[in-house]
Amino acid sequence: MEICRKKDELEISELDPFLAELLRQIPASTNPESAPAAEERLFSPPAAASEKECCAEWKLYVQPELRRLFRSATETVAADLAQLSGNEKTFTNRTLRIPTQHADAWLNALNQARLVIAAKNNFTDGELCDHYRSPIGSRRDLSLFQVNFYGFLQEFILRELCGCQDNSSG
Amino acid sequence: MSWQPRWGGVKVAQSESTVAFSVAKNTSGSTVEEPTIEKETRSKQDVDLPWQVVVHNDPVNLMTYVTMVFQRVFGYPREKAERHMLEVHQKGRSILWSGMRERAELYVQQLHGHLLLATLEKTD
Repeated sequence: MEICRKKDELEISELDPFLAELLRQIPASTNPESAPAAEERLFSPPAAASEKECCAEWKLYVQPELRRLFRSATETVAADLAQLSGNEKTFTNRTLRIPTQHADAWLNALNQARLVIAAKNNFTDGELCDHYRSPIGSRRDLSLFQVNFYGFLQEFILRELCGCQDNSSG
Repeated sequence: MSWQPRWGGVKVAQSESTVAFSVAKNTSGSTVEEPTIEKETRSKQDVDLPWQVVVHNDPVNLMTYVTMVFQRVFGYPREKAERHMLEVHQKGRSILWSGMRERAELYVQQLHGHLLLATLEKTD
């Protein structure tokens, strides 16, 4: 896989079918349904439980706006990913071009996906920080790889847009 | 993204107070201005304790991402944003801002929009 910036686009080329499939799974991975821990993480309370009025108002006014914001980001990413649809059975490498004006939507959607996957799998801090984990041997390993791969993409987008260079989590 | 904050309908200047004066008649017949009772018309919001915007650690969020969000939301320079990010990472939480509730709520809302774990806390 090659990843670089070309003028107003971020280009991910030489995408093998496996990585292309992981990218295609981003929108679906942002869905926290049927996973209360993931839903709770995406829509965490704004204050301690004792601040009942504040939390109630938040649910009423802010949560719908957050849902709209997250959905909008995911839809933008899904539209960009349409470049990878079709010919799923071929094993040729693919190229994905992301307009830089969609970068914020990608950062948001990738973060949603990472948080939801991590919450669904209840990954430990140790697992999340182990960037040299052994090859994929289980569904859990695959999910962890997915989290790290999406993190790598986030890191690249951040570096291109903001000049950030660290690769740790925190 | 918009949200009607807790005190959204009440727009009061933060330090606004009024002092009521009355014109009292003295016994000699001359008119002298005398200050009488000072009436404070500060709203509850004005006398409210400061509120803190606290960001909590989340091992999933990338450090660079958290730094970028602090820069964007609070307008902090990179170095200050990184210091707060490291405090979150090492101590589990960092107070990013403190002040009036309405603005603190707005900051928390923006941080949640970037998927950070942020809460509003009353200053002790």
